[in-house]
Amino acid sequence: MTQHWAHVAVSYALAALAFGGLGLGAWMRHRAARRRLAVLDPRASAARDGSGGDGTA
Amino acid sequence: MDAIPPITAGADARAPRPPRSLHRFANPGRFLRASGRVLPWLTAAAIAVLAVGLAWALALSPPDWQQGETVRIMYVHVPMAWLAMGGYLGLALASATALVWRHPLADLFARELSPVGAVVTALCLATGSLWGKPMWGTWWVWDARLTSVLVLFFLWLGHAALTRAFDEPDRGARAGAILALIGVVNLPIVKFSVDWWNTLHQPASVTRLGAPAMHVDMLYPLLVCALGFTLAFAAVVLARTRAAVMERRIRALELARARREDGGATP
Repeated sequence: MTQHWAHVAVSYALAALAFGGLGLGAWMRHRAARRRLAVLDPRASAARDGSGGDGTA
Repeated sequence: MDAIPPITAGADARAPRPPRSLHRFANPGRFLRASGRVLPWLTAAAIAVLAVGLAWALALSPPDWQQGETVRIMYVHVPMAWLAMGGYLGLALASATALVWRHPLADLFARELSPVGAVVTALCLATGSLWGKPMWGTWWVWDARLTSVLVLFFLWLGHAALTRAFDEPDRGARAGAILALIGVVNLPIVKFSVDWWNTLHQPASVTRLGAPAMHVDMLYPLLVCALGFTLAFAAVVLARTRAAVMERRIRALELARARREDGGATP
């Protein structure tokens, strides 16, 4: 019987691309938000990064 | 100090108090700090477990005596199916938490979960097709299992679309939560479809009451892959929720700044 390696390869590639894409997308959103917050609210950003603040809302 | 807006301030005073452990993470600053500590470890664990699991699945596990190498699709397909269903249960729990306790992060979590759930369900369907073509001779049949998973995919997509369809995020979140809770009825249909109806899809071979009908040489790599994909799924959803919390904070700050400038410009 043929081994259908192409089907196996496409399955693994789809999973890698999907999870890689989701992870990259989340990381880029996170980085953009972090930079914007650092501009808008530097004090809270510093607290969130662990360099000060008590964390209460 | 993290003065993320008082997102609980508008919460209905009649809503029951959430359990203490849940309530603690209603504070976005606390959530950001806690998730910031967990996320790197979660990501590293996902990468490490997936590296082991996928290498085991691709190179070390044996081929099936009937299916040959095609059986290796199982190590991706089955974890995606479990994540599609387990993730939906998580969506329903988050939706119930948001509806009953007005927990603000539960809304955001559900909103960020549904696109990821839609992707894993699409992966489950796609890898199932890629497995079905050589084994069944067809990419697709309208049997109960495949059709109910397709319905699950549309439920994920519907939730993702509905929560983003309103100008007021609260209305979108509430509509999405109701849809998510109604859609839970589909989960037992997916699970038991292979028992209730005569399907081309095989019955359960791992999650059944007796012992798994699978040799340990295949079962162990499958469980490792499932753990790795679950960790990756959790890491992605957590990262997206963190980004969403920060984006909401940005919107609040920009709105406050616009109001200040508007007030300053008015005589």
